Parts: sequence; structure tokens; C-alpha cells
Amino acid sequence: MDLTLFLILFPALVALVLMLLPDHPLRDTLIKAAALILIAGSVIFAALTLSAGGLAFSIENAGMVSLLMQVIEILIAVGLLYLSVKYRQHIVTVLVIAQTGLFLYAETLLTGHATGFAFVVDEFSVVMALIIGIIGSLICIYAVGYMKDFHAHHPEVKDNRRGFFALLFIFLGAMFGVVFTNNLMWLFFFWEITTVCSFLLIGYKWDEESQKNAFWALLLNVLGGIGFVAAFFVILGIDPTGSYLFMDTLIAAGPALALLPASLIGFAGLTKSAQMPFSSWLVGAMVAPTPVSALLHSSTMVKAGVYIIVRFAPIFEGTMTGFCFALVGGVTFLMASAVAVTQSNAKRVLAYSTIANLGLIVACAGIGTYEAVWAAVLLIIFHAVAKSLLFLCVGTVEHRIKSRDIEDMGGIIAALPRIGVMMIVGISGMFLAPFGMLISKWATLRAFVDAQHGIILVALLGFGSALTLFFWTKWMGKLIAVTGRSFENYENEISRSEFSSITTIAILTVAACMLFPLVSLYLVEPYVIGIYGHAAGLGQWNVIIMLMMLVLFLMLPLSVYHFRNSHSVVPRYLGGRAMNEKGQFLGSLGREWDIEMSNYYLTEQMQEKGLATKGNLVCIGLIVLIALTLVMGVGA
Amino acid sequence: MNILMALAYIVLAPFVGGIVVGIDRRITARMQGRVGPPLLQPIYDILKLFEKDKKIAREEISFYALCYLIFMIFTGALFFLGGDLLLVIFALTLAHVFLILAAYAAGSPYSFVGAERELIMVMAVEPMLIFVAVGFYMVTGSFDVSAVMGYGTSVIVWLPLLFIGFLYILTLKLRKSPFDISTSHHAHQELVKGLTTEFAGPTFGMVELAHLYETMLMLGIVWLFFAANPLIALLVVIVVYLLEIFIDNATARVKWPFALRSCWIAAIIFGVVNLGILAYLGGVI
Repeated sequence: MDLTLFLILFPALVALVLMLLPDHPLRDTLIKAAALILIAGSVIFAALTLSAGGLAFSIENAGMVSLLMQVIEILIAVGLLYLSVKYRQHIVTVLVIAQTGLFLYAETLLTGHATGFAFVVDEFSVVMALIIGIIGSLICIYAVGYMKDFHAHHPEVKDNRRGFFALLFIFLGAMFGVVFTNNLMWLFFFWEITTVCSFLLIGYKWDEESQKNAFWALLLNVLGGIGFVAAFFVILGIDPTGSYLFMDTLIAAGPALALLPASLIGFAGLTKSAQMPFSSWLVGAMVAPTPVSALLHSSTMVKAGVYIIVRFAPIFEGTMTGFCFALVGGVTFLMASAVAVTQSNAKRVLAYSTIANLGLIVACAGIGTYEAVWAAVLLIIFHAVAKSLLFLCVGTVEHRIKSRDIEDMGGIIAALPRIGVMMIVGISGMFLAPFGMLISKWATLRAFVDAQHGIILVALLGFGSALTLFFWTKWMGKLIAVTGRSFENYENEISRSEFSSITTIAILTVAACMLFPLVSLYLVEPYVIGIYGHAAGLGQWNVIIMLMMLVLFLMLPLSVYHFRNSHSVVPRYLGGRAMNEKGQFLGSLGREWDIEMSNYYLTEQMQEKGLATKGNLVCIGLIVLIALTLVMGVGA
Repeated sequence: MNILMALAYIVLAPFVGGIVVGIDRRITARMQGRVGPPLLQPIYDILKLFEKDKKIAREEISFYALCYLIFMIFTGALFFLGGDLLLVIFALTLAHVFLILAAYAAGSPYSFVGAERELIMVMAVEPMLIFVAVGFYMVTGSFDVSAVMGYGTSVIVWLPLLFIGFLYILTLKLRKSPFDISTSHHAHQELVKGLTTEFAGPTFGMVELAHLYETMLMLGIVWLFFAANPLIALLVVIVVYLLEIFIDNATARVKWPFALRSCWIAAIIFGVVNLGILAYLGGVI
């Protein structure tokens, strides 16, 4: 349908216009307008598609489109090769040549023109489209205000906002392409574009650190891309006319046929969603400006990786191969959560938390039962909303307090009250009942318990979940611990674009939880029923009780007004020492002492390096095991 | 849905809990060679706290303490209603997070460290609690407390190790030595009053009241292992509580890394192993 193509092509058009426009205030207006159009477009598209029960269509001149894609691919490869040679990134050079060469060779193996739908849009695609269209656009609006501040703070960075925003919109268009297309080669094309956007956006500052991290991200993602391309050889080997290039046909063919290509594409998914041992690129990508981290590296691009694995979940169900994928996800969840406890850099905590949650989604996809897929889609929805909120808040806070360290965020609830509250909403949304991620984790636990060999995953989830509780709560505590230094409220310095997008996403976070029964009923359950024939749920009573909790949660803050007027405030306790009006303690000889309190980071018990190494080794072992199960044919 | 039980819990738990804690204090006193306070002393103490002046270090503390109390009552009521055990555990976590936030909000050193310690404690018990719920599910096929209550045989038959693991963390939950690392009811403090240092008057009263509700909830979970044999269940609850009192008086406080590590090792040895045996030999047993 036209709206499908509009969503893919309109952002590309906007990007083109943005590249051509000179630096001018009109650009900001254009970006905001385009973003609002995308939001409206996505919502309308979702409503229309859901009421139609899904979409499937081909387009004329599909051959021309494929040819155009190949040309663009070659151009991209040339560009990447130029850069990798110029900066002496030899491994990247080799990998890009390998990927492009193999892809072009695979194209030559395609002898016929099998019939199939170029685009298939079901409820899962609609879910992803809403995330991309609404959250992605809101982040673009946020970026307008943020990047203005960014260049004011970093005069040494070349102002290339024209290219920056163009890349953001190209990326959005490519993501729509990923979730709408049914032709795996076209999917690969859009996948490639997201890799390139990520590379260029990570390297925006183009200082030594950014370059290093950008190329490392490129390296690992291209490595995954080679796995993707390898799948084409298998698919075309089965049928050279390319009938199994259509995802729905491939999945319908069942594990006997599809397990090997699904695993190869799944490997690509693992790299894109930064599962161990490929996690380091995502952590390194945090050097990019915050909108990049929010958009690509938490809510959208990395979701493309898990999207593709969840698509193949029916193939992985009940297989040893699928279970090994699930273990990769589960081990990643545990290890990444453990590392997050030791980090005080806010963006790194968010990065590791993202990796951990993606691990849970991969674990669900690897199990592949109807319960697990239901949990996986819920995880995708709620994680995207809450995590993007947190990234945007951290970005705003960082510009105000000039630091990314959680230890410097003490008492931020007094200095930036509304941002502080929204950060608390975001953090609560990541792990507290009755918010979305808790619901998703609950669903995940149920899926694990019912799965074969699921006990291992239950154990990983139990311990990992305890760790996530720890680092989120201590962050929340830091935000509300006002130690008495006088805080002027400098919230009016925050730009309107930042404020409005953060507030909107915060409202969405709460709304998504309140509307969870509807979200499940109209968006997720139809997809699950369509594949497995029956739906999962948490039980009617549980949903009611959770809604009660949410209402309580939202109403209880009203009691603050009651407490405000009825209590008299007295000084804090420090062994009986006196306190002055500024909240400092009075020492001997009239000296005044500030209080410095810092969180536990458990660094004696856990170290980032050690945990990452152990996690990487285990997961490398698991990937080898995946390969073994495929070779020995014991997969199914 | 057992509404009567839930209502009975909401209304009676403070009194029954108060008497239980009162018995605790008397027996503890006797073990220490003292006479001990009257049996209803805990209730008298809480009533006295509510009569005191409303003084607080920061107003938000009272808000968080109220949330802790409300959600603790909610959690217990959900449990006695026969609801989903996983949701009970998650709601319990939520309640504890509010308590921890109350201590953080004070912005005072002892309170802050107490909050960190309490967070360590919550992290230490979380895996075991989840495994308990999963264990009940594997035996009865449902996460609902009402299903366990209605099950023909006491689930302890299949979950003996799990029970021992739960007893291990029960010490932590009841704030008994050697795991009273964040705050303690006894006079052997480490951090002044740790977590509750900045709580006073009615605010502190709410926290103490919530602790009574929590105690009854924990004893309820102990009961659940023997649900099909009520008399034995009652006996076990009494013996377990006496055992906890004994351990409390016989041990010294441990360091928090040890507490965390040992609880997690207990969760693996008793929890995961029991669940594993059930998963793989469940068909045989």
C-alpha cells in the first residue's frame, strides 16, 4: 500500500532536502514538521493496517528496485573501502570486500523470478513501525535542541548538523524498510544502510576516540552481515529461483529447511543487537551524541537485530540450536547486568542495560514458544519506550551539570524537578512493578519455566533480575538524595524541543503500561495467534490487580501535599553534630563540611573486564555449539 | 479468591504480628538472662510512635514510608487472597524499593549507607524468592497461592531443598542476626540505626507497622510449604520462628559481601538444584 512506501521513502526525501539546505533556522522547523508528519503517518498506518488485518503486496518493477539496491550497495562499499583504507582499518577493508563480493556473487546465483510478496506487514511490523515512527521522530525533535547545545559546548567539533539530521532520517526510512519488507535480499539492503548510518553517526565528532569506536562498530556489524549473506547461498542452493528469499515462504517451510539460514541470519542479529561476544561495539558507541545513542543504540537499530531473530522464532522452537541461541541471550543478560552494577558512567549503565534486555529478547526468541514470542514482543515495546526516555533525560542532564557520572547527579530532583521525575518514571519503567518491563519480565519467566531445559534460563533470569534491581534503585536513590547544598532550579534553561519530546515519551511510558491489556490484545496476541494458533496471557485477575497497583502508584504522590504542611523539618543526624541552614555540618573551629555520599559499585566482587571476558568466552562456546548442532543435523 | 482471608490479614496482621514479635522479644530476653517486656510491647511502641510530634529530615521521607506501608499491605493482602505468587514477589520488591528510597531521600550519611545495605539485602534474596515461586509452579502447575493451598499434598515433599533455602533467606527478611546488615532491632547497631536512622515519630511508626505485615507474610510463605496439613504447618511455623530467634541470639553480624555471596550460593545449592531435580526427574517422582 502507498502508506507503506511513503513511510520508507518520505524520510529519505527529507534527508535529501536537509542535505541540500544551507544552515538556516528553517531547517529546525523542517525537521520538527517532518517528525510530526512521521508520527501521524505511523499512527494512521497502524490503525489502517490493523483494521485490515495485515498487508501483503508486491510492487511492479521489483527487478529494477533490486538493481538499484545493488548499485547503492556498491557505492556504499566503495565509500567504506575508501574510509577504511584511509584510516588503515585493514580488517574492516577485508570484511567489506568479503561482504560485498559475496553478496554480488550470491545475486548471480539467482536464476529465476519466483513469486512472492515484496512487502508483508503484520501486527509485529506494525508494533515496530510505531516504535520507529513515534519514538524515532520524537528523538529527532529532541535532537534539534540537543545538538544546538552540543555545538555550543563542543566548539572544536565541526558543525555538520546538515549531515547529522539527514542521516537520522535516512536511518528511519531504512528501519521502516527492515520491518516491512518480506524479501530477504531487500531486508539485507536496508540492514546495510542502518549499519552505515550507525558508523557515520557514532563517528560524528570524528576525534580519535570516535573514529576508533565507529570503525569497531562497523567491523562487528559487517562481520554479522557476512553471516547474513552466507544465508543467501544456502537459500539459493535450495531453490535457485529464489522462492525462499521471501521470509514468509522460508518460515512456512519449517526447521528442516530453514534452520540453517535462520541461524546464519540469527548470527547477524546477534552482532547487530550487541550480544556477547559482540557487545563491545555498543558500549563504545556511547561516545556518540545522545540522540544517536537513544535512537540507534537502544530503541531502534539494535531492535532490528532482535526483530529478525524473533521473526524466526517458530523455526527455533524446540530445537537445540534455538536453545543455544537462547543461552547466548540469557548469559548476556546475566553478565551485562553484573557489569552495569560496577559502572558509574550513566550512558554505560544504559548501554549495558540495553545489551542485557536485548539478551532477554534473544532468549525468548531462541525458545520460540508462543509464550516466549509474546514476552519477546512485549519486551521490545516497553524497553524501547523506557530506555529512550532515560537516554534523552541523561543527555539533557549531562548538558546542565556537565557530567555523565551518576555520582554527580546527586539530588537532581531539586535542581531539575520535572526532568528528575521523568527520570524516575523511566527508571521505574525499567524494572518496577507494575510497569511495562516488569510485565515483560514476568511473561518471560513464565515462558522459561514452561520451556524444555528452561531451568537454566530461569536461574539466569533470577540472578540477572536481582542485579538490575540493584543498579536501577541506587541510581534512583542518588537522584532523590538531596544533601542540602542549595540547588537553584535551572530547569528553564532546557530547550523546548528537548522538554516536549521527553515529556511525550514519559507520558507514553505510563500510557503503555495503563493500556497494556489493549496493547496485548490488538497488537501482540493476534501476531502470536497467527503463528501458533493460541495466545498467551497473564490472566485476567493479574491484569486487574496490576492496573490497581498502577492507579495506586499514580495517586500516592498526592499525599506529598499532606505531608508537606504537617511536618516540621529538622536537621539530619551525624552523631549529634550541628547543621547549618545550607545543610552542611559544622565541624570544630567553625569549619563547614559538605556531605559526599557515593553508591556501592561492588568493584571488589565484580570487574567489568573479568565479567566481559567470562561472558564472551561462554558465548563464543555457545556459538560454536550452534554451529555444531547445525553441522551434525541434531538441530531439529 | 479468598477475600475473607485477605481482609483478616489487613485487619489482624498488626495484632497477630505484634504478639509474635512480642513473644520474640520475651524469649530473646530470657535467652539473654533478662525478664523482657510485656507481650504486647511492640503494639504499645507503634501506638506511642504515632502519638509523637511530626518531625522529619525531609518531607518526602514520609511519602515514601507511606508508599512502603501501603504496598506491603497490598502485597500481603494479595498473598492471602490467593493471588499470583510471582506478582506477590514483585510487589514485595516494589514495597522494599520505597523503603530504600525513603532512606535515600533523607540525604544523610548513616541513612544512605543503610539504604545501600538494604539494597544489597533485597538483591541477595530476590533469586531465591523467584525460585520458590517457580518451585510451587512446577509442582502444582500454577503460580497461584490458592492452587498451592488447594493442592492435595504438601509441596514440601517435592521441594525440601527449596524450603531450606527459603529458611536461609528468611533470616535476612526478618532482619535477624547474622544478616541484620542494614538495620537491627537489637542494641548492637553498626550504623547508628542504619536504614531507619532518619525516621522518627509517625513515619517510623509506619515502617514498624509494615514490618509486622511483612513478618506475617513471610510466615505465611513458610505455612504454604505444608499447606495440606494445617496442624503440621502451624507446628513448623512455630519451630521455624523459634529457630530464627535462636540463630539471632547465637550469631554475630556478618559483613555484607558475605551475606550477599552466601545467599546466592544458597539459592544455587538449594534452589536451582531442587528445581533441576524436579525438571529432569519430575516424571519419575
